[in-house]
Amino acid sequence: MNETYELRTGETHIEVHKFFPGTILFATMAALVLQASVPVYMPRLNIIELPLLVTIYFGLSRRNPSTGLLLGTAMGLAQDALSGPTVPLGYYGIAKTIVGYLASSIGARLDTEHPAARFALIFGFFVLHQAVLVLIRRLLLAQPEAWVNMHLVVAAAVNALVGTLLFLALDRLRRNS
Amino acid sequence: MVAIPSRHKSLALLGGVLLAQVLLLALQIKKDSRGRLIRVWAVSAASPFERGGAWGFGRISGVWHHYFALQTTSRENEALRVENDALKLTISQLQSKSAEADRLAALLNFKQAHASVPLLGARVIAVSAGTASRTIEVDRGERDGVTRNMAVITPDGAVGKVIAVYRDTSQVLLLTDKEGGAGAMLVNSRTQGPVGGTGDPMMVMKYVATEEDVKVGEKIVTSGMDKIFPRDIPVGTVVAVKSGNPFKLIRVQPAAKLDRLETVIVLLSQTPVEFPKEAEPQGAQTGAQNSGAAVPTAEKP
Repeated sequence: MNETYELRTGETHIEVHKFFPGTILFATMAALVLQASVPVYMPRLNIIELPLLVTIYFGLSRRNPSTGLLLGTAMGLAQDALSGPTVPLGYYGIAKTIVGYLASSIGARLDTEHPAARFALIFGFFVLHQAVLVLIRRLLLAQPEAWVNMHLVVAAAVNALVGTLLFLALDRLRRNS
Repeated sequence: MVAIPSRHKSLALLGGVLLAQVLLLALQIKKDSRGRLIRVWAVSAASPFERGGAWGFGRISGVWHHYFALQTTSRENEALRVENDALKLTISQLQSKSAEADRLAALLNFKQAHASVPLLGARVIAVSAGTASRTIEVDRGERDGVTRNMAVITPDGAVGKVIAVYRDTSQVLLLTDKEGGAGAMLVNSRTQGPVGGTGDPMMVMKYVATEEDVKVGEKIVTSGMDKIFPRDIPVGTVVAVKSGNPFKLIRVQPAAKLDRLETVIVLLSQTPVEFPKEAEPQGAQTGAQNSGAAVPTAEKP
């Protein structure tokens, strides 16, 4: 349970990583608190979606769709609760549930350790996350929301870059096999 | 009983979790319930860390700025001297206009004229944990006498209103939030209309008829009609005006720096507050440039 092991999917051998006890809980809490605190002093850092990056990382690393989607759900609902009463519970919850599920599903099939692959995945997941939020706004909440703008592309690129570096740091929290 | 194949279990779980959250969303919209209990738990759990983070950031920032980052101090001093000279010139110009001075005096007497309005300084300890809303969290709550719908301002202008109050913290809806806004009026024409957020850094002023003469650069202040903000608190400046039918499209730059708030003032009263009537007539025309001085007399945190 505490060791790294391999997932065999056809001819590929993909490692499923384990972490020190409490790592996921600590990273989740830290992401939420930093997301709420840091922009007070550095407003431009509001562009970085730390809870999403952490959800993607543990989804890709654990490679268990159930774990990934439940982590995404918990992370999203906590973010909803900390976003003030104008954000309904479930808004970020739904988006991060989907991202958590897809990240762990993709992680179970592909090797996602290379920085270039991670950059591309984070970019894609960020766009998907924002697309789901727009859909929820437009379809479920009946509120006007723009579909795509330049800011989304820039934000996705920034998050992909920060996420790639963050993933390298989080890799150090893995248990050795 | 039919067993679900293991490979479909996670898919079934995904469907169940998503369905539950969609129902949760629907429930909130239908009953306008914000799941207050779970919010109380989440805020209570996070606020000690946020307060600690704010304290830690303040300490680190203080040590850095006072002991290490001094290489630009000389240049800053020089810049401040230049700025000080410019400010002296500005003050001199202001003093030469008696009407403006009257207005300024009325504004500076804000606190004395409304001594019954207790002001409470508060520190911003967190912002909305996402870009979907524009809210801030301050370190004052029920224990300090804060209640919902209290106005929040800074010496620069209106900030927003309190929308949720917890034991030691409160959440403030900024004017720039899609659901935020304030009753406002143009300083020159005294034309009234609500100013509201769009989710962007800029706000919009609504329901101003196309026939009205609105100029870029004109100041906007609170009208007091929303029963939340006192009259004549600066709201913002008109930055763009477009003709529309039947209303103008007016974009407004907030007076307060809403994306860089560290301390704010909560008006601990919900009774309407107004300036003395005699201060209004000439001030209405000339006070546009001075409206930023509306609250310097307020107690800073």
